[in-house]
Amino acid sequence: MPLAITSLDDFICGHSPRPVSCGHGLEIGAGTVIPEINFTLPAMEISEATWPEIRKIYESLIEDICKRSVDLEVPGVLVEFETLPAMTNRPRWGLEIVEILATALRHYHDKYGLKGALRFTPNDIRDYMAPSRMRSGPYFDAMITAFEGAAAAGADILSIESTGGKEVCDEAVRYGNLREMVFGLSILAARDMHFLWTRIVETCRRTGIVAGGDAACAFGNTAMVLADQRFIPKVFAALVRVATVPRSLVAYQVGATGPSKDCSYEGPYLKAMTGIPIAMEGRASACAHLTHVGNIVQAVCDTWSNESVQYVRLLSAYAPTVSMEHLAYDCRMMNVAGRTHAGAVQLRDWAVDSDAGLDPQAWVLRPDVALRISARIIEERTPYLQTRAAAFWAAQELSDAIHGGLVKVNDRESRWLDKLMKNIDQLPDDENELISEMLASPLASKFIPEEYGIKV
Amino acid sequence: MQNKDMREEEMIDLKKLYDAILNGDAKTSVAVTRQAIEAKCDPSEVINGTMIPAMAEVGRLYEDEEYFVPEMLLSARAMKGALELLRPLLLNAGGKPTGRVIIGTVQGDLHDIGKNLVISMLEGAGFDVTDLGIDVAPETFIAAIRERQPHIVGMSALLTVTMPAIKTTIDAILAAGVRDQVKIMIGGAPVTKEYAKEVGADGYSVNASVAVSVAKRMLNIGIA
Repeated sequence: MPLAITSLDDFICGHSPRPVSCGHGLEIGAGTVIPEINFTLPAMEISEATWPEIRKIYESLIEDICKRSVDLEVPGVLVEFETLPAMTNRPRWGLEIVEILATALRHYHDKYGLKGALRFTPNDIRDYMAPSRMRSGPYFDAMITAFEGAAAAGADILSIESTGGKEVCDEAVRYGNLREMVFGLSILAARDMHFLWTRIVETCRRTGIVAGGDAACAFGNTAMVLADQRFIPKVFAALVRVATVPRSLVAYQVGATGPSKDCSYEGPYLKAMTGIPIAMEGRASACAHLTHVGNIVQAVCDTWSNESVQYVRLLSAYAPTVSMEHLAYDCRMMNVAGRTHAGAVQLRDWAVDSDAGLDPQAWVLRPDVALRISARIIEERTPYLQTRAAAFWAAQELSDAIHGGLVKVNDRESRWLDKLMKNIDQLPDDENELISEMLASPLASKFIPEEYGIKV
Repeated sequence: MQNKDMREEEMIDLKKLYDAILNGDAKTSVAVTRQAIEAKCDPSEVINGTMIPAMAEVGRLYEDEEYFVPEMLLSARAMKGALELLRPLLLNAGGKPTGRVIIGTVQGDLHDIGKNLVISMLEGAGFDVTDLGIDVAPETFIAAIRERQPHIVGMSALLTVTMPAIKTTIDAILAAGVRDQVKIMIGGAPVTKEYAKEVGADGYSVNASVAVSVAKRMLNIGIA
């Protein structure tokens, strides 16, 4: 498979080789960066008793978001509704909120011409059980019910942040264990992605909506947040980030079309390899979590997101409306820059240069680095070999950049990178060797091999 | 007899145990501890004279930003392996009770990486920790209090919509009449010190790395 984007010149925001049309006249990746707004409830219980109030909150916030979108003349708006666990567990609740949001988007399109679409992201609740049941059981069934009902309720795009392999990767990230991380991502997560996304793509095709994409949030972002707290090395988090790429790629290999998920920081790699439009979140997502990659992630984005914001009152307005305004102005700037190719490249390079040298996690998101490593990844045949290659080449890129004085890290980070490079060199050529090793280790108690299609 | 024991004890190189804990080498720490037990070393002396100083050094290295959490967890694992061998001997000898903790992610919440970090660090500090898992109902906390008789109950929540379940759980523990038996420590991304006070918790930990000192301060007891 050749790269969809081979030249750095063609790797810019707002333009993807395979744009997606959806919702009410919204085009993503067709030359314009679209704001993508997400939100969540304030501190409150979700119960039968509070449900009427919850409905009112969503009615109110979507009204405010649409109104502000019209007032600021955004080129379009992508609204993401990511369920809270109780809303996936009881899919009727999640789908009720989809209806509320879809109704408002339709109204604002019909009355004001606002181009818009609704991305529905049921959260993965399969890990309610330990070890997780990935392919059956009440939690799996509830998720599937949510997917199946999405189109009828008014959703335009389906996405998820699936958690297959998390049982192993959580342990691996806490212990900085790259070998276990590679196993979790390339053997467990990749197999679960294939299983789950084959089903999601089939549902989307049958019901006439877009199969968006899947974020490696449970892996890459867990590492990112722990690195931000100085709990784990940044170089480890950077390698994990790139190692998630083959796992997330699986969704597109089985028919997803994008846009990818906003917290899928592996997006630039996915865009380079597949040509799908990508959602990214950066400085405007500080309302949800802090980041060291706030500008660079803008470089090649197609939608620009706030990740999530609580419905709380600020001086000017409720926080989702404030977030909408941040995104609208960011996108306005990107789209003005994009009026000329030179402008788009200039803004991209400023965004890259402002972050890349300050953190290894930013360095591996450089568009040129993403292109080089993507080319190496797609040379490999299986998710395991791709993941091994991703970690290897990311480590090489980082090592070169650190030794060249292009990325600042302290001594303990450098020591960790050396150790991780040795760990990568020790990964076997044959994935069955790694599988056998893990099945014989204490780690095996954390997952059910059959749930990942592994015969014991 | 005493002289013979002393000679055997001297032959056990407890510096190796110290280094094994410092370097997160569980295999060696367990092996040296077995040798120490066979040589009839005083378990309290092994713990207080070697293991706790080793973990204190690990803590110092972490505070000084020499170690990351993975190094600390590997050290904690090495400490735990050795402690598991020594703890029965301590209890037989009438040693001090270990700090017992039950901990869980509150009802409705699936996030547990922070809670698991806290568990590892508490275990490394010598606490006896029972993990109740995720999505833990108030009645499960109450049953575990009655069964395990913990000194501390730990609760965590990551989501704003599950944080209220901390209060619900504390209220249920109060209503069940077992609140006075335990100290309650809470944490999680949306949780604040103010919220801890508001819901009647005894302690709050801003992150996993300070949870151990909070737990020790709450109990004001020696560990192990």
